[in-house]
Amino acid sequence: MKELDRKLFRDLWKMKGQVLAIALVIVSGVSAFVMLISTMNSLNLTRDRFYKDYRFAEVFASLKRAPENIKDRISDIPGVDQVETRVVADVKLDIEDFPEPVTARIVSVPDTGNPLLNRLYIRKGRIVDPFKDNEVVVSEGFAEAHGFSPGDTFAAVINGKWKKLTIVGIALSPEFIIQSRPGALSPDYKRYAILWMGRDALGTAYDMKGAFNDISLTISPDVNANDVLAQLDNLLERYGGLGSYTRENQISHRFLTEEFRQLQRSSEIFPAIFIAVAAFLLNVVVSRTISTQREQIAALKAFGYSNLDVGIHYIKMVIAVVLIGVAGGIALGVWLGKGLGMIYMEFYRFPYFIYELRPSVVIIVMFITIASAVAGTLYSVRKAVKLSPAEAMRPEPPALYRKMFIERTVLWRLLSHPTHIIIRNITRRPAKSFLSVTGIALACAIMLAATFSSDAVDIMVNVQFKLSQKEDMTATFVEPTSRRAANELKGIRGIEHVEGFRSVPVRLSFMNRSYRTSIDGVNPDNKLRFLLDTNLETVHLPPEGLVLTDYLGDILGIRPGDILTVEVLEGSRPVLHVPVVGLVKQYIGLSGYMDIAALNRIMREGDAISGTYFTVDSLYQTEIYRKLVDMPGVSGAIVRKDEIKNFYETQAEFFLFFTFVASILAGTIAFGVVYNTARIALAERGHELASLRVLGYTRAEISYILLGELGMLTISAIPLGFLIGRGICAYIARALGSDLFRIPVVLEPATYSLAAAVVVASACLSGLIVRHRLDRLDLVAVLKIKE
Amino acid sequence: MAEEKSVQSENGKNTVFKVKSLTKVYDMGEVKVHALRGVDLELYSGELVVLLGPSGSGKSTLLNILGGLDTATDGQVIYRGKDLTRATEQELTEYRRFHVGFVFQFYNLIPSLTARENVGVVTEIAKRPMKPEDALSIVGLGDRLDHFPAQLSGGEQQRIAIARAIAKNPEVLLCDEPTGALDSATGIVVLEALEQVNRKLGTTTVIITHNADIAGMADRVVHLSSGLISEIISNTVKKSPWELHW
Ligand SMILES: Nc1ncnc2c1ncn2[C@@H]1O[C@H](COP(=O)(O)OP(=O)(O)O)[C@@H](O)[C@H]1O
Ligand SMILES: [Mg+2]
Repeated sequence: MKELDRKLFRDLWKMKGQVLAIALVIVSGVSAFVMLISTMNSLNLTRDRFYKDYRFAEVFASLKRAPENIKDRISDIPGVDQVETRVVADVKLDIEDFPEPVTARIVSVPDTGNPLLNRLYIRKGRIVDPFKDNEVVVSEGFAEAHGFSPGDTFAAVINGKWKKLTIVGIALSPEFIIQSRPGALSPDYKRYAILWMGRDALGTAYDMKGAFNDISLTISPDVNANDVLAQLDNLLERYGGLGSYTRENQISHRFLTEEFRQLQRSSEIFPAIFIAVAAFLLNVVVSRTISTQREQIAALKAFGYSNLDVGIHYIKMVIAVVLIGVAGGIALGVWLGKGLGMIYMEFYRFPYFIYELRPSVVIIVMFITIASAVAGTLYSVRKAVKLSPAEAMRPEPPALYRKMFIERTVLWRLLSHPTHIIIRNITRRPAKSFLSVTGIALACAIMLAATFSSDAVDIMVNVQFKLSQKEDMTATFVEPTSRRAANELKGIRGIEHVEGFRSVPVRLSFMNRSYRTSIDGVNPDNKLRFLLDTNLETVHLPPEGLVLTDYLGDILGIRPGDILTVEVLEGSRPVLHVPVVGLVKQYIGLSGYMDIAALNRIMREGDAISGTYFTVDSLYQTEIYRKLVDMPGVSGAIVRKDEIKNFYETQAEFFLFFTFVASILAGTIAFGVVYNTARIALAERGHELASLRVLGYTRAEISYILLGELGMLTISAIPLGFLIGRGICAYIARALGSDLFRIPVVLEPATYSLAAAVVVASACLSGLIVRHRLDRLDLVAVLKIKE
Repeated sequence: MAEEKSVQSENGKNTVFKVKSLTKVYDMGEVKVHALRGVDLELYSGELVVLLGPSGSGKSTLLNILGGLDTATDGQVIYRGKDLTRATEQELTEYRRFHVGFVFQFYNLIPSLTARENVGVVTEIAKRPMKPEDALSIVGLGDRLDHFPAQLSGGEQQRIAIARAIAKNPEVLLCDEPTGALDSATGIVVLEALEQVNRKLGTTTVIITHNADIAGMADRVVHLSSGLISEIISNTVKKSPWELHW
């Protein structure tokens, strides 16, 4: 069918504007799909490779102090493969020209060099000399944040002693891919560091010669991890073991898993929405294009082409358009995927990024788009060939005009004649108008879905960091301390209001479920910390019992009134039974809350506090930092403002990129839809409009008829788009909610406005293009053709 | 349609079409339009028939049903022993593909293809077609092969349509007002082409017109009025197209 193929190319070329617009819609859908899925696959691949090559451990435990020979007994536990003991300590850093509080975790490396498990990837420099107590390897994120290279120095307060350290190397570790201070929401490379120091040197500083306080191991794959954990806990109990755990509860791995899960969800949801919208549009556009060719179809049939021949012809046409879109989409998707991967690399500290586009992704995306396009084509071709050729050759019968209600009102007579035409055109083909409106509404909806996440982040930050946390700084103590220690802080110049808090690391269990978290105790009528729920109501802490976030309640399957088993993971490690007295809905975090007095009471520890919240006079800020670095009892300090800033800095780049890309893609889709709606209307109406011109209507009048219709459809589509968009956002929020975040579905007016603006702008642009064509309507052609 | 018996009629001629009490009713909801009210007609192999009648008398309707483009409400159309009114979709497609050539009232060219390609659309699926160039020479458009329909006058477009219809060497040629849009001189060229095809290839040809002058070139003239055949006149002397003028 050589000649028909020629027709195909010429037709496509003639419709190139529309073809391009449809292809762009497909490009958007496909590239969103390819970008997210390939990034997802690549990150997984990169992580797995890094874990494997650098021997990420499988079981971890911290303890107070155990003699080295215990290691052999651990190795003897059935199923345990390799064991590595370490000394780990948290320290305060003192960095010249950076007055803010910085904390770090120092991890020992064996005297023999690179560790057996959790091996270091040395990016620059070398591993430490195990016997030199002034040499460290630092984590890459920290080095980059401060512009450090090997040879640079800074100081640390190690076991209470100020010590100058020299950086000899910069490294990455599978253990700290997300390098986050325990309890923090986002990694903070400026204010939290990982340091590696020789075992001998660190052991000496902490009085751990021939002893260890941290252990990591691998287990053979066929063994039940829980059995190993139980035996390990048993063994370590008399050495102050804090409870062993698997990768699942390892902080970097857990964050990473959560993030990957969100990414996985995003990569399921967004492409699905984009592809669905693209497929829908393709469907609408194809079927309407085919219906404008009904006479040609009739002629082909009259010459003896079968329904199948005609069908194949149009399917080829559609596949050609789809393939242009898919090819462009894959290329763009790969490019964006690599870009997104690079942004994740700033966040996740992998030594390398392996980009992978699986053939299955390409096949799936081709299948989805081609299948949906062909399905749409088949439907409309079937409709077109169903008519007998004689019937199809006549123009479509004019729809039956019925007088509408509005036509009987006075208002009708006030409207101009062209306006009458617009209203009749819309109402006489309700199905067509509805499809156009739905198409434009979907474009508007996906704009909302693409941009709403930044609103959500703003709200979470505002509620969690601004409304419920009023302190300027938090100082944590090396160990639970009497409340009198707070007074010592009060004495520092510039510190205004001080409130003590207690934070107890625990394992909560109910029935057969358990979760590691902490219980936070505060004074119910303190003035710095407010427990707020998602309605911004203050939650009053009852004098007895525990309040949990509802999400944690779900995880544990517990309801108010149930008794929770609380295994304390510090000090004498008591196991307590505490009633849950309430659940509270919160955006961020998964802690339990108690009145500090009640917490102290069940812990039988008098009036101990873990740290203090306080407000400061900003004039004395730097001075206060210095004092805190010098106080041996203070293990670290956090500035709330910095925490917020850091949260935005680390999250913002990702959100900006994602929102930017998603809005461009959504905007493209919006334009594609509106433009096609306009072009199809032109194809369907061109003849009628040219006839009106012949009868003496001006260009402005016929433009008004066509563009007025487009305008009315667009305007009625926007509210519908808002409605659908909100639905999609609610779905996304639910699907992306995790241990770490619950996403609020609150859309700011600005987000609605942006979505509406993009749709209206697309409509205006399409209107201009169509107007240009209307101005050049071929009037003679009208006279040549029938009627 | 595999089976192609020739049917011998009483007068010794080979019957191509036998139309029996054919009716066509367009159901317009409130009103019913009776386009054909019981037409009986036989068309013989190799003859040239002109269908004459006022506008709205049912000429196009009859021709469309003969060509398998439309379905009858009642009655029968037998083409070489095969009942078209009972044919399946696939049989009708084959019938149109291999047996019939159409010339439409409104040219129905494919706007995105040139003259040669428009003819090619038909020849590439036919059994023993002419070359598109030859078909176009017959209608005097041998020098406009690569023009698009929009670059040609209405009359020239119609001649492409005729070239397209004859190019497959069809058994029957059905033409709905083929000269309607043409000036007399061009019309004669077109009619000559039709006559030549009819004479040389023995193609049974039906031409609709409301121009009584054209009737002179026919073997028989069938008059239609209000959906019924009012009379059939056999011409004893057939004029050749260049003897016609209007
Ligand atoms: N699709 C249709 N729907 C309703 N009426 C039709 C249709 N096609 C033709 N008619 C009517 O059938 C009658 C015969 O039409 P037609 O065969 O086209 O006439 P002719 O070709 O002789 O001018 C006319 O009255 C016409 O209005
Ligand atoms: Mg007619």
